[in-house]
Amino acid sequence: MAYSNKVLDHYNHPRNVGSLDKNDSHVGTGMVGAPECGDVMKLQIKVNPETGVIDDAKFKTFGCGSAIASSSLATEWLKGKTVDEALAIKNTDIVNELALPPVKIHCSVLAEDAIKAAINDYKVKQGADVSSLVQAH
Amino acid sequence: MKPIYFDNHATTQLDPRVLQAMLPYFTEHFGNAASRNHAYGWEAEEAVEKSRRQIASLIGANAKEIVFTSGATESNNLAIKGVAEMYAEKGNHIITAATEHKAVLDTCKHLEKKGCRVTYLPVMGDGRIDLDMLRDAITDKTILISIMYANNEIGVVQPIAEIGKLAKERGVLFHTDAVQAVGKIPVNVLADNVDLMSITGHKMYGPKGVGALYVRRKSPRVQLTAQMDGGGHERGMRSGTLNVPGIVGLGEACAIAQAEMPEESKRLQAMRDRLRAKFESALDEVFINGSMEHRLPHNLNMSFAYVEGESLLMGIDDIAVSSGSACTSATLEPSYVLKALGLGDDMAHTSIRFGLGRFNTDAEIDYVADKLISVVQKLRELSPLYEMVKEGIDLSKVQWTAH
Repeated sequence: MAYSNKVLDHYNHPRNVGSLDKNDSHVGTGMVGAPECGDVMKLQIKVNPETGVIDDAKFKTFGCGSAIASSSLATEWLKGKTVDEALAIKNTDIVNELALPPVKIHCSVLAEDAIKAAINDYKVKQGADVSSLVQAH
Repeated sequence: MKPIYFDNHATTQLDPRVLQAMLPYFTEHFGNAASRNHAYGWEAEEAVEKSRRQIASLIGANAKEIVFTSGATESNNLAIKGVAEMYAEKGNHIITAATEHKAVLDTCKHLEKKGCRVTYLPVMGDGRIDLDMLRDAITDKTILISIMYANNEIGVVQPIAEIGKLAKERGVLFHTDAVQAVGKIPVNVLADNVDLMSITGHKMYGPKGVGALYVRRKSPRVQLTAQMDGGGHERGMRSGTLNVPGIVGLGEACAIAQAEMPEESKRLQAMRDRLRAKFESALDEVFINGSMEHRLPHNLNMSFAYVEGESLLMGIDDIAVSSGSACTSATLEPSYVLKALGLGDDMAHTSIRFGLGRFNTDAEIDYVADKLISVVQKLRELSPLYEMVKEGIDLSKVQWTAH
């Protein structure tokens, strides 16, 4: 399979690899996918309590090159955004940016789900009502 | 630079000596082997008969028992459908195994639609069939057992002699798809009581588009219903003008394999074992798929846990291997062979098949081992699963969000 240059770049130089302290009340952790399906993404955000802006984002992904690229790109986009701005990131934005072929669209869906899961986890830690959480795919 | 070729179960490079043997038969000796009344035909026929003898010699058969085909897919179709149709009055039951090549499995599925009953034997964790299950599966309606000699993904060699003995005792014909074994390990149709054997040129340094089917002529004399109508070539079993250059190439490939097998198999096994040892000394959580004891000398199939196969292949794009990962298959399903061994999808996703061959070198083993180890280490740094396992989390207890 031919990969786009952007996918190759993220695969060869993944951004923001690592983990944040999942017990920190300002850190939200999202883990989506399953080993049996061949993709698991862990995405974490750290929100600045003063400004409500995402200061830091980290990821670790088990999956194909497109899954790694999708989550790496997501962490790049998350940094500097407020939580509400982050919720506006759509999987189609990732598809377009990375030029993912149709067979790899599920990788972008997984990345969007990981963002939402991380934000939900953060909101729960901040005492949010469960009904206010965003639904993943 | 071309990638290092470690995918010799898919196909092999044509041996230059085979090419030299073939070349005159494209231009100078272009006759039709069925032309009985002039020298062009005689030359072609003589070359075809020499090839028949070379193939027969390699597998312990008589030259008259070799039927030329276009390759192993055709040989498998001819053997299985040919027996099912010829022996329809005797019975309609066929026994095969879950890890067979699609050319066998899909042929059997086709026959099921035509009224045959097919038993697909499971395999044990080491990839071999259970002989007791085979014995129990045979009924008075069973006409054919089709079990491959060696598997194309995991290189596991089936207990062919035991299966042949059992089939003979029960009066059932025994076909084996031997494309991965012939020319690589000693194969003898007499000693193993094989009645039908599929062979192909391109898996043993011969040309693509030519194969053979061994069809036993004595005790028992096996008959087949032809699958193509035409001029009645190959004792009426396979019509169609013979591919003389291809047949010459297949024969030459067999002769070279027979002469060089003892030395070559030892050399490849030593290389394979060194590759395995390098992986196991540098990496934790790596697993061999299938029996190491009953295995082709040039095959290694390993799962590199917590690293997805396609992402691994992406990091080793200067090495040609294949993966059991779903992402690399047309169906997006992980390897059915690995699943038949009892591997979970998660482990099938992380498997790589290495198929060594005649033209690989020790230096290539070192390069492939070092490169793969560094990519696995890098991807494990990226893997949330590896991180969780290192934290002592049991992944089977985690509530995953399947999507």
